[in-house]
Amino acid sequence: MKNSKLMNSFKEAISDINDGATLIVGGFGLCGIPEKTIQALKEKGTKNLTVVSNNCGVDDWGLGLLLANKQIKKMISSYVGENKIFEQQFLSGELEVELTPQGTLAERIRAGGAGIPGFYTATGVGTPIAEGKEVKEFDGKTYLLERGIVGDFALVKAWKADTLGNLVYHKTARNFNPLAAMAGRITIAEVEEIVEAGELQPDEIHTPGIYVQRILLGTDYQKRIEKRTVVHA
Amino acid sequence: MLNLPKGAVNMKDTRLTIVKRAAQEIKDGMYVNLGIGMPTLVANEIPADINVLLQSENGLLGIGPYPIAGQEDPDLINAGKETITTVPGASFFDSAESFAMIRGGHIDISILGGMEVSENGDLANWMIPGKMVKGMGGAMDLVHGSKRVIVIMEHVNKQGKSKVKKVCSLPLTGQRVVDRLITDLAVFDFTPEGMILIETQEGVSLEEVKAKTDASFMISPSLILVEQVK
Repeated sequence: MKNSKLMNSFKEAISDINDGATLIVGGFGLCGIPEKTIQALKEKGTKNLTVVSNNCGVDDWGLGLLLANKQIKKMISSYVGENKIFEQQFLSGELEVELTPQGTLAERIRAGGAGIPGFYTATGVGTPIAEGKEVKEFDGKTYLLERGIVGDFALVKAWKADTLGNLVYHKTARNFNPLAAMAGRITIAEVEEIVEAGELQPDEIHTPGIYVQRILLGTDYQKRIEKRTVVHA
Repeated sequence: MLNLPKGAVNMKDTRLTIVKRAAQEIKDGMYVNLGIGMPTLVANEIPADINVLLQSENGLLGIGPYPIAGQEDPDLINAGKETITTVPGASFFDSAESFAMIRGGHIDISILGGMEVSENGDLANWMIPGKMVKGMGGAMDLVHGSKRVIVIMEHVNKQGKSKVKKVCSLPLTGQRVVDRLITDLAVFDFTPEGMILIETQEGVSLEEVKAKTDASFMISPSLILVEQVK
């Protein structure tokens, strides 16, 4: 297979992400975020982005960088409480927010990637998030219709890739990344190590390369920790 | 069990009462999800002879203690974004799989914090109108999927007003989802017949529970018996 997935630079990898694009971004808090691709997007200055991601970084890191730079028009997230700039932009009306329960968000992205336009879940019945949504009863219980999400691009962080774009994640840095990878029309994966095809065991691959269009090697990862909890030996 | 850092266990007595009582809900062999904040502390009170696997909705079954200083891994956190470790037999998975476990009814017990609980088992714990909304995280999924939903909270708010309501005044997290409520004053069950007081905490009278509870509730026959024996 022609090896066209390896990109030379983050700048090149995101060159066709234009104003108004919808991005699905992996990560939970600051764990497993595509930090290099986000920085490149900040430098490019792409505006009016709709970003689907569980959280929105912190004020000076992760997606918070794009927020501070006023590049995000709308966020679809489950929890955004770690970010003061978010609060300011939301209250002033600059930023639109669609809060989605975490499991519903994960399944919406998975469904989008799996070609499923909608699904029913009991999550959110009788709460503010049910407003305007179709409801249906199954076996006497009420469910909400939730829509699948597809993104113009998915930005993903994995631990290792092979040259065909097969991905392996590390510990809880997996989180939303495999789902995002499925749901991007173009999926850009940044990784800490790239190996030759065949070096990853087929059984250990978390994301098959079919979902990944572009691969980048990142270096000097910051991997910031939000809450450092330790015991002293 | 979690080996919390010094300072974290300086809980108010009321919170310790709640956390200790909540730990009694956890039985050997269970798969358990503990919410962020006070519910996380329940892990410390699980007896050593009880083996459970704690689920973290960001993609881990088998949460271990906090790491020894210097061994923390930024790729290994819990749902509260704290650095953690894993126990032997732990597994990692993605967020959709995590919530398949939750929504699909595979988690035996979920312990969550609460702002208000109503007499029909409604829970409000994610937003206060007029204040910045932070988001519901995984709470709405957990209350619908877990086999058993336990809410722990202080019985009254800082102004002394009851948080155990006839009807929740705050936007709901879930409707008729609570199985058991544990407060610093009492323990209630929610049944098709209504809300039932099953225990009072040590040193708390039935009169005090009645006075500080807005919700209407029945009293378990076994509790009345205990009162009479006293």
